[in-house]
Amino acid sequence: MTQEEMQQLVEEVVHSAVENVCGMMLGCPVEVQPKQIIAHPLQESDGVVALVGMAGPWIGTGALTAKPELACKLAEAFLLQSYEKVNDEVLDAVAEIANMVFGNLKTIIEDRVGPMGLSTPTTIFGASFTTKIGGTSSWTLIPVHVCGGELLIQVCMLPNHEGRVPHRLDIVGHMITRVAT
Amino acid sequence: MALDVLIVDDSAAIRKILQRVLIQAEVSVGQVLEAGDGIEALQRMKDSKVDLVLSDINMPNMDGIQLLTEIRANPAWERIPVVMITTEGSQQKVLAAVQLGANGYVRKPFTADQIKEKICGLV
Repeated sequence: MTQEEMQQLVEEVVHSAVENVCGMMLGCPVEVQPKQIIAHPLQESDGVVALVGMAGPWIGTGALTAKPELACKLAEAFLLQSYEKVNDEVLDAVAEIANMVFGNLKTIIEDRVGPMGLSTPTTIFGASFTTKIGGTSSWTLIPVHVCGGELLIQVCMLPNHEGRVPHRLDIVGHMITRVAT
Repeated sequence: MALDVLIVDDSAAIRKILQRVLIQAEVSVGQVLEAGDGIEALQRMKDSKVDLVLSDINMPNMDGIQLLTEIRANPAWERIPVVMITTEGSQQKVLAAVQLGANGYVRKPFTADQIKEKICGLV
């Protein structure tokens, strides 16, 4: 499978997974935008980022990014409870949405390339922070309009010729990090 | 008879959603216990009566496959229905869960009806 074929597969699967998650568990309409291929995965952020690593014959990272208001709205739709600010429950809800989207992606990818592992999600919340995930490859960016906001889904997958572990994550700024446990 | 249900998932959000689904389900639910991984789940089962287990597969410390193995290896628990609820959709894992004696399998994302249907079919 070529990188371009993988990016096409990522777009198709993420589109379907997002529609399923939003339709089945959030109960809200969703509009998935066409993919863009970008060089830098994450720029300066304000809000919540959930990261999930995948490893196997291909290796990569999925990142789901939402502004604080959208993260609260997603958690409200998910848990049927009102949230005025990002708290542990909001982070957990965003982490689980990322887990479902990238878990579905991982399952489809492994049907094509062989067994893959999936990490537990790490969520990051803060104001004005920058994340950079190691590697210089192109990322597939899929914007999603949902709950009145824009959710950004970004995935980078590379052939794992050297049996590497998932990308290193560097963060600069003030944030709270949380690994789902 | 009211069923005592154990929900095992490392996501508190999913545990909360499953609790809500159980309340809405057309089965009589007694105590709902929660655990964040397999080790906690085994402890809950030692401490309390459990009639049904709903478990994730991918969890830290002890995953759902290992938990299922432990449950089926214990004569006191071997007949307790276990339903796996997970994003893990690989044939390998599904087959492993079925071979170990899982009574059902629901893939995330799920609807409340899918969970209700699975539970009602078991009790």
